[in-house]
Amino acid sequence: MKHVDEYRDPRITRELGAQIRRTSTKPARFMELCGTHTMALARHGLHAMLPDTVSMVSGPGCPVCVTATEEIDRAVKLARTPGVVVATFGDLVRVPGSHNSLAAERAQGAAVEVVYSPLDAVALAAKRPDEQVVFLGIGFETTAPTVAAALLTADQQGLGNFSVLSAHKLLPPALAALLSGPDLGLSGFLCPGHVTTVIGTACYEPVARDHGLPCVVAGFEPADVLAAILLLVKQVEAGESRVEIAYQRAVKPEGNPAAVALMNRFFEPVDAPWRGLGAIPQSGLALRAEFAHLDASKKFDVSVPPAQDHPGCRCGDVLRGLITPPECKLFNTVCAPSTPVGPCMVSAEGTCAAWHRYRRED
Amino acid sequence: MGKPDTILLDHGAGGKASAELVGGLFAKHLGNEVLDQMDDAAVVDLPPGRLAVSTDSFTVDPIFFPGGNIGSLAVHGTVNDVTMRGGRPLFLTVGFVLEEGLPVADLERVVAAMAEAVQEAGVKVIAGDTKVVGRGQADKLFINTTGIGVIPPGLELGAHLARPGDVVLVSGSMGDHGVTIMAAREGLGLEAPLSSDSAALNGLAAGVIVACPGLKTLRDPTRGGLATALNEIAASSGVDMELDEAAVPIDPAVAGVCELLGLDPLYLANEGKLICIVDPDQAQTALEALRAHPLGHSAAIIGRCGGTKPGKVWMNTSAGGRRILDMLSGEPLPRIC
Repeated sequence: MKHVDEYRDPRITRELGAQIRRTSTKPARFMELCGTHTMALARHGLHAMLPDTVSMVSGPGCPVCVTATEEIDRAVKLARTPGVVVATFGDLVRVPGSHNSLAAERAQGAAVEVVYSPLDAVALAAKRPDEQVVFLGIGFETTAPTVAAALLTADQQGLGNFSVLSAHKLLPPALAALLSGPDLGLSGFLCPGHVTTVIGTACYEPVARDHGLPCVVAGFEPADVLAAILLLVKQVEAGESRVEIAYQRAVKPEGNPAAVALMNRFFEPVDAPWRGLGAIPQSGLALRAEFAHLDASKKFDVSVPPAQDHPGCRCGDVLRGLITPPECKLFNTVCAPSTPVGPCMVSAEGTCAAWHRYRRED
Repeated sequence: MGKPDTILLDHGAGGKASAELVGGLFAKHLGNEVLDQMDDAAVVDLPPGRLAVSTDSFTVDPIFFPGGNIGSLAVHGTVNDVTMRGGRPLFLTVGFVLEEGLPVADLERVVAAMAEAVQEAGVKVIAGDTKVVGRGQADKLFINTTGIGVIPPGLELGAHLARPGDVVLVSGSMGDHGVTIMAAREGLGLEAPLSSDSAALNGLAAGVIVACPGLKTLRDPTRGGLATALNEIAASSGVDMELDEAAVPIDPAVAGVCELLGLDPLYLANEGKLICIVDPDQAQTALEALRAHPLGHSAAIIGRCGGTKPGKVWMNTSAGGRRILDMLSGEPLPRIC
């Protein structure tokens, strides 16, 4: 834990907090684009260390949260299909679809297995040759390469009973969609360390250049996050807008070309639905045609009727930074972590879950 | 034909096989002058004082884990619940639900561990029951235990008795049991040096009870962990609490695995730790009393009760920030006990 402890050193974090408070004079509102940042800010109580001039707002960065209802409905349909085992990360099983969550389906007898890595799902397929194992591929450029690696393994092993239902999302198109939408009054972006480790910093250049918004790539420990916020504040104070990396032990400007190549070998961009943001052109990943034998959407009938969301759920507005969770009427009335209505309350990285767990003032 | 080496439906039918199981296994390990009477009900005498009674069912998966098994846990869990209300645990009843096909050797290991735990805790099993269900109708074995203890006259402990100013202590590191069970589950493949803290706390508690007349509350933070237990106490007593994150003892191996799996040790179960809330002027005495016992050597003062926002628990984070410490919602890990 040594490598973690130094980024949690109270002397360093307290000093960074003091520097932010000394430096900031202009009102600044920064959006964090990653659910892990939302959680790090809340869990370490970092909001309480920021001056009144600086506020943080969450964006569409939680992979579970941006997964569209229709994508959950498809997974539910697969789980109901005899002979199919749906393998997925734990958070996703509790996300309500139009009618049911995977957890509710499991309680009624559907085969849903929680795995900790896509390779576990490949191992599950090898262990259960008489069943079809479908892994639900969700997440951004961070997880897509690991799913590609699982596909590679399954392909090399000639596993005929493993496939992926891809609901992967890409960050740059979402960022562009966000900036072309209603004015959010943002002063800059706290950019995701994990995604940037893979895709590099090029996608932030137009944001800094054309929109005049500073972009700082941040790691996930308290000192990482505070150091990045300090760099954002300094840019705002100086009237600058540049791309900076405050997470240099992991992120290179060019990203990780090998991971991108692996991702691109199996996947290609497609138009994709986002919870709250609607359809965004070329913002998702589908398996390439040559890998149809590993593509659950080709192997099985995953057609579903149009999705139905809870009419009061404002996850979409939360994901775009238009409102904070307590501004949603369902927050902590009918929607709570034990009875989530929207995905932002389900996921461990969801903005509503973070507010409910760490920032609820009632 | 010798004795079967797995549990059969016969073993629960009340006939010869049942008698063999009861006599050959349960009585052998758990027997005492009360249980050995094998009558319809146990009849015992009690010392003066009010009764503290607690019941719990144990379904932990896996049934064997580093630091214990379902049998020792079934004793510790119930002994501890009786203890937390100030009861001196005296007697246990035990009910088994066995799945057809359970190896008798596994059952014997479980019962032997119960016997050892019972002996260490100084309690007696005075009544028992066994049922066998068909394969697939239970998972290996489930155990229910009920504990009976006597609260000495004049002693009053409860989650409703904390007052503003009172000091909050824990007897040791948090999250050990929960993370051990999770790691022991199939498929995690972790090789961290983890062990459940499952233990009977009546000896540890007795030391604090004697040393601190100003003791208000004892609570074992089992399911839901420290965070949930403190919220329950805060709500029940109508106080708020302020916790110092850096003061909460966490074993480095537990912290490492939690980091890896995205878990928070403050929400993970403990089976051999207690929370202790005392008058401020007796905080140091309580700390010393806890540390004087082998199960409390890493005890620490972790926070204080206040009166501003009843029911809220705040945490001053190690990083220098501040946030609420909410109860657990949802079940991150089923069947940990």
